[in-house]
Amino acid sequence: MSNFTNIPKHVEEVLDKWQTPRRSFLKSAGLFVVSFGAAGTSPLVTAANAQTAAAPPQAAGPYPDIDFRQLDSWIVVHQDNTATFYVGKTDCGQGTGTSFRQLMSDEMDIAFEKTTCIMGTTDITVDQGGSGGSTAMERDAWPMRRAAAEARRVLLDMGSARLGAPVAQLTVSDGVITVKGDPSKRVTYGELIGGKRFNVTLTGADINATTGIAKVKPVQELKYTGKSPQRYDIPAKVDGSLKWAVDVRLPGMVHARNIKPPFAGAKLIGIDESSVRSMPGFIKVVSKGNYVAVVCEREEQAINAARRLKTNWEKPATPPFPASEDLFKYMRSATPTSAASPIVVGNPDTAFAGAAKLLEADYEIPFQGHTAISPAHAMADPSNGLMTIYSNDMKSYGMRRGVATFLGMPKEKVRVVWMEGPQGFGRTAAEDAGCEAAYLAKELGRPVRVQWMRSEETAWDTKAPAFAVKMRGGLDAEGRLVAYDYNARAADGNHVGYNEPDTVLIAQFMGMRRTSPAKGSASTPSEMYAIPHRRMTAEVVSLPMIWETPVRTGNLRDPNGPQSTFASESFIDELAAAAKADPYEFRMKLLTADTKDDADFRRARSIAVLKAVAQTYGWDSRPSPKPRGTGEILTGRGIAYAFRGATVIAEIAEVEVNRRTGHVWAKRLVCAHDCGLVVNPQSLTHTIECAMLHSLSRAIHEEVQFDTEKVLSVDWETHPTLTHADVPASIEVVLVNGDPNPNRPDLRPYGGGEASCKPMLAAIGNAIHDATGVRLRRVPFRNARVLAALNAARV
Amino acid sequence: MSNTTLKVNGSTHMVDVDPSTPLLYILRNDLGLQGPRFGCGLGQCGLCTVIVNGQAIRSCITPVSAVKSEITTLEGLASQGKLHPLQQAWIDEQVPQCGFCQNGQIMTAKALLDKNPSPTDAQIREAMNRTLCRCMTYYRVQAAIKRAAKAIADARPAAEKEVVA
Repeated sequence: MSNFTNIPKHVEEVLDKWQTPRRSFLKSAGLFVVSFGAAGTSPLVTAANAQTAAAPPQAAGPYPDIDFRQLDSWIVVHQDNTATFYVGKTDCGQGTGTSFRQLMSDEMDIAFEKTTCIMGTTDITVDQGGSGGSTAMERDAWPMRRAAAEARRVLLDMGSARLGAPVAQLTVSDGVITVKGDPSKRVTYGELIGGKRFNVTLTGADINATTGIAKVKPVQELKYTGKSPQRYDIPAKVDGSLKWAVDVRLPGMVHARNIKPPFAGAKLIGIDESSVRSMPGFIKVVSKGNYVAVVCEREEQAINAARRLKTNWEKPATPPFPASEDLFKYMRSATPTSAASPIVVGNPDTAFAGAAKLLEADYEIPFQGHTAISPAHAMADPSNGLMTIYSNDMKSYGMRRGVATFLGMPKEKVRVVWMEGPQGFGRTAAEDAGCEAAYLAKELGRPVRVQWMRSEETAWDTKAPAFAVKMRGGLDAEGRLVAYDYNARAADGNHVGYNEPDTVLIAQFMGMRRTSPAKGSASTPSEMYAIPHRRMTAEVVSLPMIWETPVRTGNLRDPNGPQSTFASESFIDELAAAAKADPYEFRMKLLTADTKDDADFRRARSIAVLKAVAQTYGWDSRPSPKPRGTGEILTGRGIAYAFRGATVIAEIAEVEVNRRTGHVWAKRLVCAHDCGLVVNPQSLTHTIECAMLHSLSRAIHEEVQFDTEKVLSVDWETHPTLTHADVPASIEVVLVNGDPNPNRPDLRPYGGGEASCKPMLAAIGNAIHDATGVRLRRVPFRNARVLAALNAARV
Repeated sequence: MSNTTLKVNGSTHMVDVDPSTPLLYILRNDLGLQGPRFGCGLGQCGLCTVIVNGQAIRSCITPVSAVKSEITTLEGLASQGKLHPLQQAWIDEQVPQCGFCQNGQIMTAKALLDKNPSPTDAQIREAMNRTLCRCMTYYRVQAAIKRAAKAIADARPAAEKEVVA
């Protein structure tokens, strides 16, 4: 066994195998940047770690930051010519770890099969922030690639000295360097440096800029990139052998469960501990402010005690929020708490005044939750005056800082061991259980495992903000869109950030209040339409209560994208219908009305994906809606398009609408997706499929419902989600490279994790309109809502 | 507390627990199994699924005292070092995203194929419908079930196939 226990199995294996415990390796390499803090000598510098004596005695703790400017922090080559890559990312299930290995193996010229990748554990990997924003390939793979290229350069220099031939005379493949024309002269990477340190300093103002001397390869020389090796993490996920963050067990550990207030904004008046004191396994009730948890020896005991504990709460003087059925009325009448500067092109007022036809429509998107498949969880170990948190937090580095601040500990005494867990999508960065476990562990002096219950997670997780969007459009006599007005209001006041020690729920319950709550945001449409006169405004309103409330907002996969695009791309369809134009051609005209492009060629690439999606679907030109069918099932098609950053996507949905029940089934989905350089087509395709279905679920099922006191949608019955029965019969994904110079050697990868979430709500709404002639302007399209709209329109 | 004997994946275990304890916590915390996981505690999502008497059951709402037969968990599907065809199909189709729900998907599919070796698309949707995935891997799950059904049929001896036919 290594010095490390209870860390992910694959980490443990690699450390055991090479008997080079990573942190000792880094320490002996002199790689720790040691902070000089207030604390005294680290208690953990033991004789066994004598080489750490090199670390200054004032070290604040044994877990300093890893120095990204050392090549050894990124890559370790082993004697058998294998390599381990250490990266500051977390893979939330999109296969990014495999893709990093492909890119780094390519740059280093080592066999992909001979590499492993270690991610996201704060004391053994550099801080790249974990995951978020679809930045894995787009931003964070670059320093990895440059480090791998630099490793190759250094190894070639070493090979040159060993083989007595100039570098120009050497060739390298699969980690074996040979002299050109004399393959008997060879040396492997492992023979050159296996088990030893590079001791090469990198440069770069920050981690994203990290670089050596070597340059990365042109795209055409990448061997693994663009192919689809299977994800290395999947076998252990299907045979039951993977140790997840929920699986960590430590000697002396105990289990905790929270007791949440029964009403938003409730004040704790009293706790009757005698109601649980005699229960088996009971250890302690921990309470501070309005935070309450019960701790027991066994998990089921903690669950039972949390249910049984008698607590008294006082309701707030005024309701914390309007009921969800009154939400949009409230949002429209509220005074905005913040607003972005309006984006104005041309002279919209004059253009509207001169338009031949005016359209106006209001779109509504309710709060939608993360509702992760497993509730929040973490294990914290307070041994030796340190704090180790075992967590699936997608931003483990941020959690380390957040927990350190929350507990008032130097961050060099805090580490987060990242392990796999349920999804990501922003929830596990606005993570609550880590701080709770750490707080309780410190209180108890024992390792504490916390897990939320289902109703707690579904009610209290962070939500995507509700949107109320007013759209106006003006067509000229020829049916051209000449005036456009987009006004969005998002209920997003006090938007919860990532791992903030003063907004994490336990901090709120303990009474912490930020003097200036985060303003939140309401995004504007992301398209390349050439509309001569347009105005776009984005305002934020706050609910009456912004602290200690379950109706709280945070980032959810493609934050604000599905909401704003539902409004904008549905309304473009309304305008096309008013102009009696084919909705694909209407969009294409708006894209081609201007020829000016941007640095990422988003106009050219938008045109390319729109063409590709129509071609793959077999789109025939006609206006929507189509002549209404006579049977029980009405079918229709809908198209929508958007970009996210530099990634452009177009989607077509074909739906069946049951006019008797109101049930909507998306029978066929097609997506054309251009995110530049594709590293692993299969991983990307599967991620796109799942992201489309994630948004399909938001289109037809998901809504947070509440009365004026509490959230009412608390489990899978009251908060339905997409199921196997909803799955389309066919999903087609086309990976497009619409770059004007598609073979450019410096083709870049853009984000792939979120963009395809964006157009789906509108594509479904447009397809329902095509089938029925009824325009639905509020999601989700649940049976009752659809049926009511069909009945109102006498369909 | 009382002593309860459980047979799991071919091994017999004695545990001393409250008989009303849901089976899930015993499998995880006493026997150290990692396949079944907590998702809802309400029997709604399927993450905790294990197989007892050929039935896929939800161990989060099953008291340990109610289990009288052998329990098979995800860890028990492979035999003699060889993955079950469903597990292999899951790898071949590259089904999981995060993978957290996949225990429920695979174990529910196992119970389905044991009863109905060649299910139709509609039967797959029906049998799997209450087994949830929030990464939305459903499309690939359904493809993997069909792939596994075919692999199981292909591996069956010819004589047996004739009988089935």
